[in-house]
Amino acid sequence: MDTLPLRSQGVSDFVSFRRSLTNHVVTGVAIISTILVLVPLVAIFGYLLYKGASSLNLAFFTHVPVPVGEPGGGMANAIAGSGVILGLASLLGIPVGIGAGVYLAEYARGTWLGAAVRFTADVLNGVPSIVMGLAAYALIVARQQHFSGMAGSVALAIMMVPTVTRTTEEMLATVPKSVREAALGLGIPKWRTVLSVSLRTASPGIITGCMLAFARVAGETAPLLFTAFGNQFWSFDLNQPIAALPLQIYVYALSPYDEWHRLAWAGALVLIVMIMASVTLVRIFANRGALKGGH
Amino acid sequence: MGVDIRVENLNAWYGPVHTLHDVSLQIPANHATALIGPSGCGKSTFVRCLNRMHETSPGARADGTVLMGDIDIYKDATPVEIRRRVGMVFQRPNPFPTMSIYDNVASGLKLNGFRKKRVLDEVVERSLKQAALWDEVKDDLKKKSGASISGGQQQRLCIARALAVDPEVLLMDEPASALDPVSTAKIEDLIFKLKTQYTIVIVTHNMQQAARVAENTGFFLMGKLVEFAPTTKIFTNPSDKRTEDYITGRFG
Repeated sequence: MDTLPLRSQGVSDFVSFRRSLTNHVVTGVAIISTILVLVPLVAIFGYLLYKGASSLNLAFFTHVPVPVGEPGGGMANAIAGSGVILGLASLLGIPVGIGAGVYLAEYARGTWLGAAVRFTADVLNGVPSIVMGLAAYALIVARQQHFSGMAGSVALAIMMVPTVTRTTEEMLATVPKSVREAALGLGIPKWRTVLSVSLRTASPGIITGCMLAFARVAGETAPLLFTAFGNQFWSFDLNQPIAALPLQIYVYALSPYDEWHRLAWAGALVLIVMIMASVTLVRIFANRGALKGGH
Repeated sequence: MGVDIRVENLNAWYGPVHTLHDVSLQIPANHATALIGPSGCGKSTFVRCLNRMHETSPGARADGTVLMGDIDIYKDATPVEIRRRVGMVFQRPNPFPTMSIYDNVASGLKLNGFRKKRVLDEVVERSLKQAALWDEVKDDLKKKSGASISGGQQQRLCIARALAVDPEVLLMDEPASALDPVSTAKIEDLIFKLKTQYTIVIVTHNMQQAARVAENTGFFLMGKLVEFAPTTKIFTNPSDKRTEDYITGRFG
């Protein structure tokens, strides 16, 4: 393509230079910001690898903790316990969150109840996690008179709800009105339109929201302190105290023993890798059914 | 087969705004009827009242009698029942982006709980053939998304989707206004073929289009039906001065 000389369009050399300079400056700022975002993640991950990788061995993943002074031992029960607590928290929190998001986006536009739910979700999002732990303690642990994995899951589930609710609502709002009308115009009832058309169209964003909520609570320690409590032995009984990786890291990191410190570093590394792996797996799984040229 | 539509004293509102005033007309079965008029004259609102889509907008309501055959759609049926009998094609192609071409066509049946695969296969093929799209997409039915084909193909896909539920009436709200001339010609050819089997109501900004496809034409102005007559009469010898001014390009 022929390019016209800029001068003939009334653009002077100075203006042209200024525009090009602005362009470079803005691009540069964007690149620097990206690096600033990446540096902490890479630094933390690198430091964890440096401190934790050397303490990782098969026993870490297969053995339960041993008393101080004894060599070896691992965090197998804490890894499994975290899996159980997080799995149950997701089972409880994600459906409630998506349900509330659907209500806000599809049924409660402009109603006072919708505004109240939205406000509550935003406030809930800002409640410190330790307070969530205390709430679950008061609601469940104090009544049952004992700590339980179930109470920990409930605390984490409550923390997941606002994030899931608000992203679901926002993602549903991006589904074009024309797509909804297409479904209604075919004589498809509203509930079915919401389930099979609106939610499905918005699902990539909703899955991202669920993953954010999951990743956020996966590393939480405070809500588990008074609920799941921790356990030095194998236990899958949700009615009993259960070990969890963040709790185990917390206890080991606070201890005065070098061996436990090394295990805490290893635990932190395993925790971050597990979170990354589960988020990646869900993404791959969610993308598998996608069609050519959908978006 | 199509069905006659008789509209008596139809009024419609968006909140406090009265957008349709006492519209009465008769739309004959198995013919195409065009509705013309300047932007904002109420013609889109009118067709959206024929499948009770109008009332899905916040604050919108309609009042009057709309008879499809002998059913009063505002008294004798629910919106969902009516919309199964009255298909709609919108101004911009709106295929379901997350569904394959096949699922788009089958959606009206599938999402209403119909699951017999052999019948679905037949319906999809028949509908895509009716919409003159079969040959272009038959190899990618389940591989490609409904949003991945061209705009003109998407609009024919939407027509196939509407036909798959076997409606009696097909409402088309400016179905070609977002398309190029070649795609527009294809849509018009389709309307020409389909009108022998369905009652077609088409809203259009394009007066030549109305003249080409429709037996009858209604002219709307400021929420009122000014004139409703055979298309040839509207375009050659309109009774109302305002119709004449509009079709000769003096306003609108």
